[in-house]
Amino acid sequence: MESTNQILQFLINALSLGGLYALMSLGLALVYSILRLVNFAYGELVMVGGYSLLVVGQAAAIPWLIIAGIAVFMAIVASLLLERIAFRPVREASANTMLITSFAVSTLLQNAALLIISPRARAVRIPSFFIENWTVGELLISKGNLLSLVVSLATLGLLTLFLRRTIMGSALRAAADDFVMTRLLGVRANQVIATAFAISGCLAGVVSLFWVGRAGSVVPSIGLTPVLIAFVASVIGGIGSLTGAVVGGYLLGFLTVALNTILPQRLLDFRQAFLFGIVILVLLFRPQGLISGAYSAERI
Amino acid sequence: MLACEDLHVRYGAIAALRGVSLHVEDGQIVALVGVNGAGKSTTLMTIAGVLHPSGGDITFMDQSIVGSPPEEIVRKGIALVPEGRRIFPGLTVEENLRLGAAIRSDRREVEQDLEDMCQQFPVLGERLGQAAGTLSGGEQQQLAIARALMSRPTLLMLDEPSLGLAPQLVEEIFSLVIQLHERGVTILLVEQNVERTLEIADRVYLLNTGEVEFEGEARELRERVDFVSAYLGGPN
Repeated sequence: MESTNQILQFLINALSLGGLYALMSLGLALVYSILRLVNFAYGELVMVGGYSLLVVGQAAAIPWLIIAGIAVFMAIVASLLLERIAFRPVREASANTMLITSFAVSTLLQNAALLIISPRARAVRIPSFFIENWTVGELLISKGNLLSLVVSLATLGLLTLFLRRTIMGSALRAAADDFVMTRLLGVRANQVIATAFAISGCLAGVVSLFWVGRAGSVVPSIGLTPVLIAFVASVIGGIGSLTGAVVGGYLLGFLTVALNTILPQRLLDFRQAFLFGIVILVLLFRPQGLISGAYSAERI
Repeated sequence: MLACEDLHVRYGAIAALRGVSLHVEDGQIVALVGVNGAGKSTTLMTIAGVLHPSGGDITFMDQSIVGSPPEEIVRKGIALVPEGRRIFPGLTVEENLRLGAAIRSDRREVEQDLEDMCQQFPVLGERLGQAAGTLSGGEQQQLAIARALMSRPTLLMLDEPSLGLAPQLVEEIFSLVIQLHERGVTILLVEQNVERTLEIADRVYLLNTGEVEFEGEARELRERVDFVSAYLGGPN
């Protein structure tokens, strides 16, 4: 059936892109919710993942799964270093200082990649899996999309388990509600922040696998789009809310795929305009985002 | 047990505390009263390590704790129930309580304490799985106190626990404070409800614009006409 196929196709693509966007958004929102810092160097964590795939992939003939693991690991390390070296010294400073620091680090890392590796896009060896398709009846399912869909759901599931079933997870959620109060209960600030940055790095690493998988190459500015998407998704989902970040991510994914499918050929170039037009509409009617950051009303 | 000596605390250019000295002895209920902006919350937040004084010293059990971060101070046995309760609205009642025991490693005793809290605060026991943000004001106050008690503090500091509560609930809170006192918890209580506070406290400090204006036994202060008229409106 033509229409069922189309719907299924749409769903898979939307959930796949949405899942990716949700991971991006969550990585940014996690640090924001606790520190109230928009870490613009988050995009560079995706870049670190991408360049790890490039360098390790060229250096040795090892199974892709291991290269992927190394890429995620490098992103986590980069994130922890970022926290320790760039952000911890200015943690007590004003919000403006922290923001400028994140821009500075972002520029520094991009230029480091530019100088050390190359300013040009470099092709990355990706398993053929990513570009193959599955034929199920009349459906043509991209294996890469299916993998991204499954991996993003699995990652979100694991993260939810961590946040809801472990003490550190509760501490992170509590810190997002009220960081000072969390410290007043004895939870060590450094541990909470380091954990948040580590998870943020892990998410950036996973994102980089699929982002590079889609593009087939890596370039110093590869992190720019992910961090922008993450930022927009967090804002429409409700800044400060982790659920909001996920919802925002899936929504943006769905809208992007929908616009790709619905828009007539001549308007396809303007799909960004349509997309952000919708974002503006959402914010006009609900400036606090779709999901409120925290319970605000108190029933007396 | 606790002694603050000549504390000076600034918010930028504004001097919030200008030489505050107070002490709390083992097993007492000491009250800190005064109007809004007098510096009562600032004092508690400084003792708890959230604010750092620009001058003065704080000693607890003969150890200087001034300059220590809040994570260390709670480990020394001082728990703060801050103004506005500050329970974690996105977490369940149970998760809030468990976080109260974050510094403890004796798991079985923590479970026992959790049960005790549910006994002592039945309304919390009924709502363990509920999001704390959906609790009423009075219930949140109970949760905030229970959460602080989970760390088994030697000194419990309460910042305006009766604020915003209906009279009946206010009474419950004060009864609770008396109960805790009877169980041996030393209490430093900040309140605007002066009348009731004077009835339950052992000693009282009256703060005004960052300085201690009166200090003495609660009994004494109840009788001082000028104190009474300034804060309770007319001679008693």
